[in-house]
Amino acid sequence: MTNAIEIRAVTRRFGRVKALDEVSFTVPVGSICGLLGRNGAGKTTVMSIISGQDRPTSGRVEVLGATPFEHAATLSKISYVRDNQRYPDDYRLHHVLRIAPEFAPNWSTDVASELVDGFQIPAKTPIKKFSRGQLSAVAIVLGLASRAPVTLFDEPYLGLDVSARALFYSVLLRDLATVPRTVLLSTHLIEESESLFDRVVIVDRGRVVVEEERDDARELALSLSGVADVVDRVAAGRAVLQSTRVGGLKSVIVRGPGDSDILNAAALHGVQVAPASLQDLVMAYGTHDEPATTTKEGVRA
Amino acid sequence: MLSNDIPIFQQLAAQIKDDIVAGTYADETAVPSTNEYAVFYRINPATAGKAVNLLVEQGILYKKRGVGMFVSPGAAELLLAQRRDRFTTEFLTPMLREAQTLGIGPSDLAAMIDREAVSDERH
Repeated sequence: MTNAIEIRAVTRRFGRVKALDEVSFTVPVGSICGLLGRNGAGKTTVMSIISGQDRPTSGRVEVLGATPFEHAATLSKISYVRDNQRYPDDYRLHHVLRIAPEFAPNWSTDVASELVDGFQIPAKTPIKKFSRGQLSAVAIVLGLASRAPVTLFDEPYLGLDVSARALFYSVLLRDLATVPRTVLLSTHLIEESESLFDRVVIVDRGRVVVEEERDDARELALSLSGVADVVDRVAAGRAVLQSTRVGGLKSVIVRGPGDSDILNAAALHGVQVAPASLQDLVMAYGTHDEPATTTKEGVRA
Repeated sequence: MLSNDIPIFQQLAAQIKDDIVAGTYADETAVPSTNEYAVFYRINPATAGKAVNLLVEQGILYKKRGVGMFVSPGAAELLLAQRRDRFTTEFLTPMLREAQTLGIGPSDLAAMIDREAVSDERH
């Protein structure tokens, strides 16, 4: 399968801070890939570079076989709405909907109106007065109605309620069946989104720590929990990614699949064992004793 | 609808099998398309495809080129036979183990089953 997105050894420095450090990963054509990681891990920086809005300090990015930066033919095939996208002060929804098709050759008016109705986006309120959820809704309209061969969603559901998120999932999957495209989506709502993905990339402090088919990511780590000293005994010999202790109980995430040795040991000692979920993995890789060197974005809704 | 404990494609495959056994999809009738499953269960289309392919490999579904996926003749019978084979390991053995833990002997257990069967019929 050919790749829609190829990132090779990309480093991006902002002054002394390395936001991305030798990042490499690929997204095959037609994939829905999750880009996961904590705040400040580098997700938005990667997306800016893929969309040609920023350039790597070193390394190489190819989107559909070409470097996107200042390459109009490639840029017209990419849709990217930043999570903090700003609009001119006097803009209302209809201004955005009139201009967007100029930049999106495959624009679908039907998809746009279905989403505008479904999200109940106000027509008369200036966009600068929109709530966080309404801004997210506008970004989703632009992202999906563009029908761009490579579509990037950066935290698409900030402030969106559960019904609005359900609408997003349904229209995304339904419209992808009509017009196939490649999607890279970053989110903190991992449990809710993971069934959408066929592939996941986890970044932590500017580095790629996991790049896997979604179903294979289950083999990366195990979660063990039970009485503390017994859990330690079963986990012995495995790299511990994260450990939590409450009173005499302990749960740990250890690297590696559930082979018969560890499954038998767990059964023998009454330790609960399960494949680590994607959420477990993101937490495990995002846990550090020392503070992160990259700037934090802070906690957002 | 689908949990994260078991790979999603396996859960979907099991769901389709249950639907075939229940008669929702009769022999030689079409099952929903991969994309319909993806939208309905909100899962990746490739994951839905994996479930359908698994059932094709097992002879439960077959592909009519350009038309879609269909239930193989005799699929429901085949699935029922497989379930009967697994009944002992999946239901009887765990029940006997739990009964032993609780001190319920085989004859008490048999009497309980008889009583339950009668009251189940009344409902």
